[in-house]
Amino acid sequence: MIDLNTIWFLLVGVLVIGYAILDGFDLGVGVLHFFAKNDKEKRTNLNAIGPVWDGNEVWLLTGGGALFAAFPAVYATVFSGFYLAFILVLFGLIARAVSFEFRKHSDDDKMKKIWDSAFIFGSFLPGLLYGVAFGNVLHGLPIADNMEYTGNFFALLNPFSLLVGLVGLIMFVMHGAIYMTMKADNEQREKMFSYASKTYYPFVVLYILATIYAFVSLPYLFEKSFSNPLFYILTLVLVISIVYIPIGLKAKKSGLTFIASSVMIAMMLLNSAISLFPRLAPSSIDLENFSLTIYNASSSQNTLMVMLIMALIGMPIVIGYTIYIYRVFKGKVVLGHDGY
Amino acid sequence: MLDPVLLGRIQFAMTVGFHFLFPPISIGLAWLIFIIETLGWRRKEEAYVKLGKFFGKLFGLVFGVGVATGIVMEFQFGTNWAEYSKFVGDIFGAPLAAEGIFAFFLESTFLGLFLFGRNKVSKGVHWFSSLMVAFGATLSAFWIIVANSWQQTPTGFILKNTKTGEIISKETLLTLDNLVLKNVRAELVDFWGAVFNPSSLIRYFHTVDAALISGAFFMAGISAYLILKKKDVELMKKSLVISIIFGLIVSLLEVFPFGHEHGRQVAQTQPEKFAAIQGLYTTQDGAPVVLFAFPTTTPPELKAKIEIPGILSWLAFGDVNATIKGINEFPKENIPPLFITFVSYHNMVALGMYFILIMGIGVYKIKKKTLLDSPKYLKILVWSIPLPLIACQLGWIAAEVGRQPWIVWHLMKTNDAISFNVSAGEVLFSIILFAIIDAFLLAFLIYFLKKEIDRGPNYIKSKEVAA
Repeated sequence: MIDLNTIWFLLVGVLVIGYAILDGFDLGVGVLHFFAKNDKEKRTNLNAIGPVWDGNEVWLLTGGGALFAAFPAVYATVFSGFYLAFILVLFGLIARAVSFEFRKHSDDDKMKKIWDSAFIFGSFLPGLLYGVAFGNVLHGLPIADNMEYTGNFFALLNPFSLLVGLVGLIMFVMHGAIYMTMKADNEQREKMFSYASKTYYPFVVLYILATIYAFVSLPYLFEKSFSNPLFYILTLVLVISIVYIPIGLKAKKSGLTFIASSVMIAMMLLNSAISLFPRLAPSSIDLENFSLTIYNASSSQNTLMVMLIMALIGMPIVIGYTIYIYRVFKGKVVLGHDGY
Repeated sequence: MLDPVLLGRIQFAMTVGFHFLFPPISIGLAWLIFIIETLGWRRKEEAYVKLGKFFGKLFGLVFGVGVATGIVMEFQFGTNWAEYSKFVGDIFGAPLAAEGIFAFFLESTFLGLFLFGRNKVSKGVHWFSSLMVAFGATLSAFWIIVANSWQQTPTGFILKNTKTGEIISKETLLTLDNLVLKNVRAELVDFWGAVFNPSSLIRYFHTVDAALISGAFFMAGISAYLILKKKDVELMKKSLVISIIFGLIVSLLEVFPFGHEHGRQVAQTQPEKFAAIQGLYTTQDGAPVVLFAFPTTTPPELKAKIEIPGILSWLAFGDVNATIKGINEFPKENIPPLFITFVSYHNMVALGMYFILIMGIGVYKIKKKTLLDSPKYLKILVWSIPLPLIACQLGWIAAEVGRQPWIVWHLMKTNDAISFNVSAGEVLFSIILFAIIDAFLLAFLIYFLKKEIDRGPNYIKSKEVAA
């Protein structure tokens, strides 16, 4: 019953979820960097994600590679369709990637400020645009016959997608703040608790709003959800983790709260995956006939098999040493001469 | 009217060319740092630990810019070359994903440990992290070269019309019109056959060795620079000696066997490219090696040439009398640009010879114990830092321009490969954006590298001592 195409739908999903959880918190920290008031706080931010952000970003690169390999037509159609938006994301990621090292090597405060801004801006832009892009995928894309993308940049800026963009951004900021409560000390830790609490309610309200919006105007997203038992389980876990966050924040249980917000992100994305399946890029022109699905947009069975073997060998190793690294750098940030 | 294909090519060339400045340094430097870390760990000498930290810092900077500029590459096939992506995705995507899974995760994750974990893990684990960074970087290059080599000498696939399921021969492919062509793609039938296509291994060795040369000249040049400034002379002498010995070995290997074997492979699998880079415009028995010439294009001709007869035939086919096909044998519309391929290839070879000479002199001086006596030699080393990178760019230009007009050799033309839904204006916008970013990145990278280098390996930030 479960075919290779479905497995790859799940594996691409795993990569997206891994990326959203991992780079999610460091993009959030990047946005919160805007509110850091002195050099010590800024350096704590940078060092909190310093040893791991690069590994986190590889989830994006691998996700891109996996999408290319497993569903080349989606990779080609969506990325060329989102051309300008994607160029802006790349621009942000580049600015952000260099800001770590460049700030570390800058001496005077003016230069440091430039790289701080690059870090903030480079986190904000992808943090917002990922959600907008994801919103557009849920919303449906102007894909015509023969997988031809027919929209332009401004078509991407529809109200639903902008709303999802906002939900994503606030979610990343909250997730980042919760992460920082594990990494920062004293006054800065308190601040992070307060950022997490302050973003929580807007996030919940906007998320509910986006769900209602989808329910009303994009009914196809819920077509299969209600008949799928998995949907109820996921939603239950989602609700529990969302409800736990303020409780955990109040009790100052940083680790558990971080797990809750990670689980929450995973559940949200899994629920969207149920809505989309088996489509990867629904067409807003003709949902039934023009959408890119895991069947009409996939690579050959042979390639999917080869890639699966690769993933089965490679990913456990990756996850193993990723956990190891997080354990080595576990605990509060200590500003020393090795870091940023 | 702007030509979207040309703009797409300009953007690709610019972003890859810029990115390709950094991996050669990272790969080469990673292995040299690994050698230094090994010495530091085994001999327990503080000097090597300091050198490891110093070059590690520089590595971090170069690597950071390499990552930043590399992100674009992973997605640019989709954004700008959608038709290409659809045509080759069944094969081309796998090595890119493999790079992520097997190499890039390894390199990035352990780099964090290498740069920030010196005091958090045991010396053995830290040493291991330096090995994993070097190994990951080198493996990364493998998958990228595999992908690129498949464009040069594709094997292990069939051509299939995805709408009808019909299998198509290479010959019919080239006669199809665009509408049908849209539904045809290359499908993988033999994974290892595609990975180890006729050019991938030799191009891999050739490219990675070029990276090792780049790393050697980078370290040697920086060491020489500090010695000239009379800064930490004893310390920098150690890294100078290591990089020169290492540099001579890899420079020799680059010419023989790697360069030579790569040349033979091109002669056999891509004869029109071979003819173009060698400047062989008419078929010849006992074809000469051209040492110097100025090529003119209409008609294709070499002016003021210096050549040695028979050698090219001998190098390519092991026989001084062997016949080598000239450009005249191939249809006009299928030959690569002649001037740029000839010039870039020949300059690359000249630089390769120069590297052997410079590193050879260095080893001789080490033996005579006169390495530090001549400021002139040290100055040459400093100014030679960018030369291997230029050689890398030239080699890459010869390889990729030599592949034109094909994006996949004898299967798909570059003109048919772009994203037709992206307008020329949009591409122009992104070219300008990337050009500005690249210029800034390069300027800042050089500025910061110079600052770190000027401080030398003994520098400790004052406030860091306090913290």
